[in-house]
Amino acid sequence: MTANVTIRIQPSDFDVGREIAALTGGRSDVGAVVSFTGICRGSEDGTAIAALTLEHYPGMAEAEITRHAETAMSRWELSGIRVIHRVGRITPGENIVLVVTASKHRHAAFEAAEFLMDYLKANAPFWKRVDGADGKDWIEARDHDDAAARRWTKS
Amino acid sequence: MKLKYFAWVRERIGKAEETVEPPPSVQTIEQLIGWLAARGETYAHAFETPRVIRAAIDHAHVKPDTAIAGAREIAFFPPMTGG
Repeated sequence: MTANVTIRIQPSDFDVGREIAALTGGRSDVGAVVSFTGICRGSEDGTAIAALTLEHYPGMAEAEITRHAETAMSRWELSGIRVIHRVGRITPGENIVLVVTASKHRHAAFEAAEFLMDYLKANAPFWKRVDGADGKDWIEARDHDDAAARRWTKS
Repeated sequence: MKLKYFAWVRERIGKAEETVEPPPSVQTIEQLIGWLAARGETYAHAFETPRVIRAAIDHAHVKPDTAIAGAREIAFFPPMTGG
């Protein structure tokens, strides 16, 4: 299979349908596509928020996601991966992150998408700041995100 | 070597990057954190809880006992919260 891997970090929104079509259009070897979209909630720990501001480490963020995409390609039979992570100011209801995986069969696509999201949350250098009614504060990392990433290394 | 800071580490120190020349006795990431923390109030505040600070050398995650020799760029930041 010809691998089709695209990773983008951008301030602008993305079109989920278009990104899926980019992995399936013009080929007949894809039997399953899984897409995950992370969306900005309107509240954080019960408090309403005005927006999130996403900061990242340019260079390292791309390198980390690429490394994990390569791991996914070697671990599952995938025909394509697309990862898009937005940065900058994002308001409730807007998209934050997209992971799309394409494969011949559903298990590979489901598992690779979950693997990529778990690793991205725990290891990709992005940080969320909440712009709330009472000021600005950085979101704290959650232990269960680290645990979610670790379970993929048990084998 | 070039240092980069992100998120609240950057805000507490008050700058996004700088170039420093630590003494030869500073050989590991955790020693570099200790040396930086002694540079002033803003640094002491940023590095007051070293165990929560994450580090990367030349765009790759590293542990506190990693040697810094040969590093071009070292970054310090809080645990990541993307996705």
